[in-house]
Amino acid sequence: MTSLLDNVFNGLALGAVYALVALGFVIIFKASGVMNFAHGSLLLLGGYLTAVLHDDLGFAGALAVSVLVTAAVAGAMDRFLLQAGGPDPHTAHVQTIVTIGVDILILTDLSRRIGGDLLSLGDPWGDSVSGLGPVTVADSRIAAIVVSAVVIAGVFALFRYTSWGLSLRAAAEDVEAASLMGVRLVRVRMLAWCLAGALAALAAVFLAAFPAPGLERTTGQIALKAFPAAILGGMASPPGALAGSLLIGMTEALVAGYQSELHVLGEGFGDVAPYAVMVLVLLVRPTGLFGGKAAVRV
Amino acid sequence: MSERLPRARAIRLGWTCAAVAVLCALPFYLDAFWLRIGLFSMAAAVGAVGLGLLSGTAGQLSLGHAFFLAVGAYGYVWLAGEPGPGLPTAVAAVLAVLLAGAAGGLFSPVAGRVRGIYLGVATLALVFLGHHVLLTADSVTGGFNGRSVPPLELGGFSFSTDSELTLLGVPFGAEERLWYLGLALFAVTWFTARGILRSRPGRALVALRDSETAAAVMGVNVSRYRSAAFVVSSMYAGLAGVLLALSFRRVVPDYFGLVLSVDYLAMIVIGGLGSVAGATAGAVFVTTLPLLMTRYADQLPLVAAPGTTDGTVGPTEAARYLYGAAIVLILLFAPDGLHGLARRLRARLRRRGAAPPPSGTTAPSQPTASAVRAKEPTP
Repeated sequence: MTSLLDNVFNGLALGAVYALVALGFVIIFKASGVMNFAHGSLLLLGGYLTAVLHDDLGFAGALAVSVLVTAAVAGAMDRFLLQAGGPDPHTAHVQTIVTIGVDILILTDLSRRIGGDLLSLGDPWGDSVSGLGPVTVADSRIAAIVVSAVVIAGVFALFRYTSWGLSLRAAAEDVEAASLMGVRLVRVRMLAWCLAGALAALAAVFLAAFPAPGLERTTGQIALKAFPAAILGGMASPPGALAGSLLIGMTEALVAGYQSELHVLGEGFGDVAPYAVMVLVLLVRPTGLFGGKAAVRV
Repeated sequence: MSERLPRARAIRLGWTCAAVAVLCALPFYLDAFWLRIGLFSMAAAVGAVGLGLLSGTAGQLSLGHAFFLAVGAYGYVWLAGEPGPGLPTAVAAVLAVLLAGAAGGLFSPVAGRVRGIYLGVATLALVFLGHHVLLTADSVTGGFNGRSVPPLELGGFSFSTDSELTLLGVPFGAEERLWYLGLALFAVTWFTARGILRSRPGRALVALRDSETAAAVMGVNVSRYRSAAFVVSSMYAGLAGVLLALSFRRVVPDYFGLVLSVDYLAMIVIGGLGSVAGATAGAVFVTTLPLLMTRYADQLPLVAAPGTTDGTVGPTEAARYLYGAAIVLILLFAPDGLHGLARRLRARLRRRGAAPPPSGTTAPSQPTASAVRAKEPTP
């Protein structure tokens, strides 16, 4: 029973971190129709900056700088590379491929700098653990859940109560109408990218914290797990991304936790189980759990 | 216009013949390195044309191309080799292509219903699940270390270095022989894909891409055409996989990962969506650029020799930088890809060669044309 609780808690923590990544991914898609392949490198960039700066600035300072810089990089990438030809929705697929190019550039540079090292991010939780009822959990995981919950609530509040959130939702609904109503598409989009970059940088901290050995050059690949999470929930729905992330995190933790019972499926099935779940869900609901049916005008 | 048509066709025919002649003559002049680059390009072109049909023409985003390449490659290796049924290699190659098509067909419950970015990520699942299977099903795939590929034999002629063969004083090894196989397969791909595009199914797919509802109203069976596009594209991928396996001579699971799928996507977008020539150009570009850069990077400025690792840029990294930058720059300046770029260049040349055109017909592109003239005045 304890092992079940253990796994559930792990899944919750994992899902919370995936949610940060997937939410950014969904925000970008909602705002620009682009599937951001560079999300993993943004995440790695955030983690790397925290890792190199924490000696001088302390953890909190380093994290703040890294979140700001990553947000700026994401925003600049959108403004100067993707929107260079104007915010034209017809070229979303071209912009998607441009993100691949940017991903290659950032990833190559960071891999060169990180090399084979394991970087510590200097987070305050270290390897301490606490007892929660019958289970013992790492403090970093509790922090991951708490911080993710607060941040995600904040993002939803941004959507709901700020004029930027309103503009974003309007632009996602109907670009032309929003533009005619005075929504500054270029700026709204750029801010969405900034927000997504900031979320990715934050997520990097928890992906490199305690049970994980530290920041490696492959840490960014975890962003790929956010793809099924975002799709499962329905790409255009931030609450869906949240639910999808929890489902993905839970699946991964449970499959990895019961590895020995599931050895028929092969070693390391936990890493690919999220994708299997996603395909099964898509078979039943082709637009994800929360994705509504879009009305099409011909 | 109508009286110029036969002449234009003759010119085009002439160019095609010249291109074919050059391509056929190349093995007599190039060494194995260049031939191998050519082979990879041809294999990639076959796969990219298939993906172009699916994503460019039918508008279905697929990130699962690497999986179907893997099915083709591993299917061939298993069917032709030991352990495996040990079929004649030519039969195994054909069956491997059909197997890839069948794999695409099995995915049709998803491919027929799921659309857009959802399909893209659903196919991503194929890559990861496929990679997992390739790693764990040791008895068929050889696990992490992969399997070596039995050379293709066609009517007693072996596409390998086993038997001596010298043509016009040039020793014909595996690369030279496979070059012609690659050319033949590419030609088949080129003509079948163009045939599909210009016929009824091709138009149905374009209609599907532009508006699903409108296509359905016109009598296109939506889910059937969507699935069929997926199957056809998987078969091209399978063919590319077989060709790749033959040129690599060893298949390993790690090659068929997400990076490969993304590369194929980059090929068709860089080349220009919806055209066979564009997909080919993109395939050649994406395949050759990293290989050439890795080989010649040490001659670039600011690049250290391989082996020195103290924070300097090595040749592999320099190649990656340039590759990434090339993707960004090409799409920044030519969002419609190489195909669109070529079309614009051709239009510009034609305009410069002809008398000044009446202003009404070329109004949209007038500013660029005058800008060019201002920069380089024609004598």
